[in-house]
Amino acid sequence: MTKMSKIVRTIASIAFPFAMIYGLYVIAHGHLTPGGGFQGGAIAASACAMILVAFGSKWTLDKIKEKRLSVFESLGGIGFIAIALLGLVFGAAFFNNFLTGSNFLFGTIPATGSGLADINTGGVLPLMNFAVGLKVIVGLFVIVLVMAYAATSFKEDKK
Amino acid sequence: MIFNIPYIAVAVLILLGLYALIFKRNLIKMVIGITLIESGVNLFLITLGYRKESIAPIYTSSPGGVMAFPVPQALTLTSIVIGVAVIALMLSLVMHIYRHYGTLDVRKVRRLKE
Amino acid sequence: MSTRNIAAVIVFSIVAVFFIFTALLMHPFGVPDESDMDDYIIDNTQEETGANNGVTAVVFDYRGFDTLGEATVLFTAVAGVIMIFRRLKND
Repeated sequence: MTKMSKIVRTIASIAFPFAMIYGLYVIAHGHLTPGGGFQGGAIAASACAMILVAFGSKWTLDKIKEKRLSVFESLGGIGFIAIALLGLVFGAAFFNNFLTGSNFLFGTIPATGSGLADINTGGVLPLMNFAVGLKVIVGLFVIVLVMAYAATSFKEDKK
Repeated sequence: MIFNIPYIAVAVLILLGLYALIFKRNLIKMVIGITLIESGVNLFLITLGYRKESIAPIYTSSPGGVMAFPVPQALTLTSIVIGVAVIALMLSLVMHIYRHYGTLDVRKVRRLKE
Repeated sequence: MSTRNIAAVIVFSIVAVFFIFTALLMHPFGVPDESDMDDYIIDNTQEETGANNGVTAVVFDYRGFDTLGEATVLFTAVAGVIMIFRRLKND
């Protein structure tokens, strides 16, 4: 994909932070409002894809180190499994929610029934949301990036 | 019987996908057919978990009342992400096939030379 | 029209009739048969997991293994896409 016009590039760079922050908001409030790691990750990944479409895959690949993307994806996956294993250590079983009711991070139990949102609830769910969100952002972005780059090099080969 | 319109929509979606898979020769159109079938299955799961006049299973400032089933919704969420992964893999293979054979017609891809 | 196409049309029509009749004969929309598991999850989500969102509680707590498998599928897809295009680059 080649670079698009200056108007598209300017609008994309203005809209990128808002879309990214909205995606991170959906991830962070996954245990309170509709949303979660997957949905917020998809929103943030589409923000990254917008930058990719506006600026072209060559520019994006120059700006971003491939190794760093790999590290982020591994961090998401390993964090997810590590939190699950911590449930085995501190709680009773794999994927046990050991932080609920512990008066520690995210340990509060909300009042039963309809109520206002309290961010300090949910046990391990917010942490898992963050891990899966990181994994989904980087995974979807890498898929789009690699396919765009392959299409570009394919077009150059044909010429 | 008229209340079964969502099920009929599911059947129509899946049949459209099957039609594209059976009668179209273009690989991109076949991928579109597979995604249509997948959308139909997702809609079917969501439809099974709906109760009359129910709200989303979220307690944050909820108006109260009957709640829809959370388990089909969660499994549909899983299914959607798996669908994205499968579509990405299929489109990559289609791009590879186009690069190798120079065509997307499945009847011409069948030859074994090269 | 070849024999193959005629056979495909016949099979497709049979499947279409089967699907439409099944859709018409399903139980009415909005009245599920069994709801014990979902009622338990709806009633106990806030006490057991501390989350207000029932869907997230199911995804990450009650059915965490599904999410683990799904993360594996996503990782495999990313690895497969990268593998395909790396091979293409070397040709």
